[in-house]
Amino acid sequence: MARKTSPTQRAVVTVAAWSIGFLIFLPILWTVILSFKSETDAIRTPLQVLSAPWTTASYAEVQARSNYGAHFMNSVIISVGSTVLALIVAIPAAWAMAFQPGRRTKDLLMWMLSTKMMPAVGVLIPIYLMFRDFGLLDTRIGLTVVMTLINLPIVVWMLYTYFREIPSEILEAARMDGASLGKEILYVLTPMAVPGIASTLLLNVILAWNEAFWTLQLTTSKAAPLTAFIASYSSPEGLFYAKLSAASTMAIAPILILGWFSQKQLVRGLTFGAVK
Amino acid sequence: MKLKTALLAATAIALTGAAQAEELTIATVNNGDMIIMQKLAPEWEKATGHKINWVILEENVLRQRVTTDIATKGGQFDIMTVGSYEAPIWGKQGWLMPLDDLGEDYDYGDLIPSVAAGLSADGKLVAAPFYAESSFTMYRKDLFEAAGLTMPEQPTYDQIGEFAEKLTDKSKEQYGICLRGKPGWGENMAFLGTLVNTHGGQWFDMNWQPQIDSQPWQQAITYYVDLMTKYGPPGAVSNGFNENQALFQTGKCAIWIDATSAAGRVYDPKQSEVADKIAFAPAPQAVTPAGSAWFWAWSLAIPSSSTKADVAKSFIAWATSKDYVKLVGENEGWVAVPPGTRLSTYALPEYQEAAPFAATVLASIEAADPAKPTKDPVPYTGIQYVTIPEFQGIGTVVGQQISAALAGQTSVEAALKAAQDYAAREMTRAGYPK
Repeated sequence: MARKTSPTQRAVVTVAAWSIGFLIFLPILWTVILSFKSETDAIRTPLQVLSAPWTTASYAEVQARSNYGAHFMNSVIISVGSTVLALIVAIPAAWAMAFQPGRRTKDLLMWMLSTKMMPAVGVLIPIYLMFRDFGLLDTRIGLTVVMTLINLPIVVWMLYTYFREIPSEILEAARMDGASLGKEILYVLTPMAVPGIASTLLLNVILAWNEAFWTLQLTTSKAAPLTAFIASYSSPEGLFYAKLSAASTMAIAPILILGWFSQKQLVRGLTFGAVK
Repeated sequence: MKLKTALLAATAIALTGAAQAEELTIATVNNGDMIIMQKLAPEWEKATGHKINWVILEENVLRQRVTTDIATKGGQFDIMTVGSYEAPIWGKQGWLMPLDDLGEDYDYGDLIPSVAAGLSADGKLVAAPFYAESSFTMYRKDLFEAAGLTMPEQPTYDQIGEFAEKLTDKSKEQYGICLRGKPGWGENMAFLGTLVNTHGGQWFDMNWQPQIDSQPWQQAITYYVDLMTKYGPPGAVSNGFNENQALFQTGKCAIWIDATSAAGRVYDPKQSEVADKIAFAPAPQAVTPAGSAWFWAWSLAIPSSSTKADVAKSFIAWATSKDYVKLVGENEGWVAVPPGTRLSTYALPEYQEAAPFAATVLASIEAADPAKPTKDPVPYTGIQYVTIPEFQGIGTVVGQQISAALAGQTSVEAALKAAQDYAAREMTRAGYPK
């Protein structure tokens, strides 16, 4: 700590941090609580919900009605597949932009980011038609490709910022020692950028896991990931909060656990280069 | 020679195999009756050897998803669940296959005529009714008795207002009336459409001019806002069908006017705390009976892009047949059979016994005529909706304005003026008023 803080100050900051953390976590916590209540109890006032008896009936019903395993596998394949694919394209691209910038590199980066500013529904029909013609509708390959393209700008941007923090002299030294371009990227740059690459990877797996527009529009049953699984429990008629919460809990649990175990890596990667 | 024979045999096996076992993709919504269909479908799969892939989506997502697929001829769905709003519009576009050849034993004459008419385009059935609903009045007979009140056989909205006043006791969290307040063309506007109709109003006149700032609309909406503010539950603007069902089932409402499909649920002691204390009456009326109760049918249709029409027809014929009704009755209990589609369902003694509300429901559905929804003639069909593609957008904006009036953010007059202006602008843009 650079500055001295009084115990009161520290207590205030701690309480504030915990409160904000709790506030952000509250919707997820409430979903988990609702998932263990009966449908009739789930719609009562919050205090009545908390005092109602606990039950796993919703989980049993969701298990009986849906094939969770198939949706889960689709989610894993699509999110990991698209992230790996994006990294393969983005690492060389970010290397070029960070170490061999041209006159238009900044414009190029902005242009890439600008594709994220367009509402996805704007290109729904063209993509749908292409998918139809290539026979990619409701396939995991099709969805993996779309997710790669959607997340590519973010992956390139993140990697570009990390690479810029690496002194180019080190790469030069490698070149002096006779390393080829491929070897330079693979053996020198990549190991140094591991925290950055890891956090990019994690963030993109999370983004792809949660993506709910394309995954719902381009799949029907065979390639439908967990987002489609959650969507199938929303209803215009009848009570469904408890079952929907159970489905949501089951869908977010894997990614939540992954995030929990890798949070150190994630935070280090995200703040990488922020403090000098 | 040997190779040729083997090849021929292999081809023959492949061909018959393909004809025998098809995979159908069925898109549907997560409603109780559909869940039962999903549960019983293995019976059809076993009997025919075909396989079904289910796609279950939330109603609005489903509508968008399916529209994209039909419009681009993506061919991802073989059967889809459509409502009575889309069926005639999509049928007219040529997006749905006619279903007039579902087999000799299908018994078309047994379908409730108004239901079949609502699902036809150019005189041909384009969607087979799976279950249909109208709207009616549900009330607590114990509270009525305790207050010395009697629900007339055909209540009026004035009477409903009087009852609601007498049955409201806010100290006990007991509210005289529960009505939809959540904005949306299928939410508050479903109920309000019927309220306006029975006050003699209409969405458009014969020249497609919006009539939202007309006298009947003013009267109906003023009545609604006044009634709900005085005798309705707090926060009514966020109450849709589900929220009101929850309030009614937990004994918070004395009167609830909503879908007849709620009957089976509020009558089910497993779900409802007031199951043995409720009674039913037709939807209230004001100056005209026309359009006082709504009409909605969830139905099964085959998009014209499907390549497996024959197999799809065989499933639809099964799922909307008399035998299916019996299958549900025997497996899931008679109160759970899909209501409002076939006259024969209402003749079943088991159903009459299990569902004492059946006669009221049938009468409501038979009386609800989407072809004559209003007192004065109109250029459209549909009671609580107008079967033009522009209606979803207009209905939802009007619903938001009225919801704002209910919340006290604006006056009824200002809300209807804004709604009228919006509707007029949208209709002009779409090229309607002549």
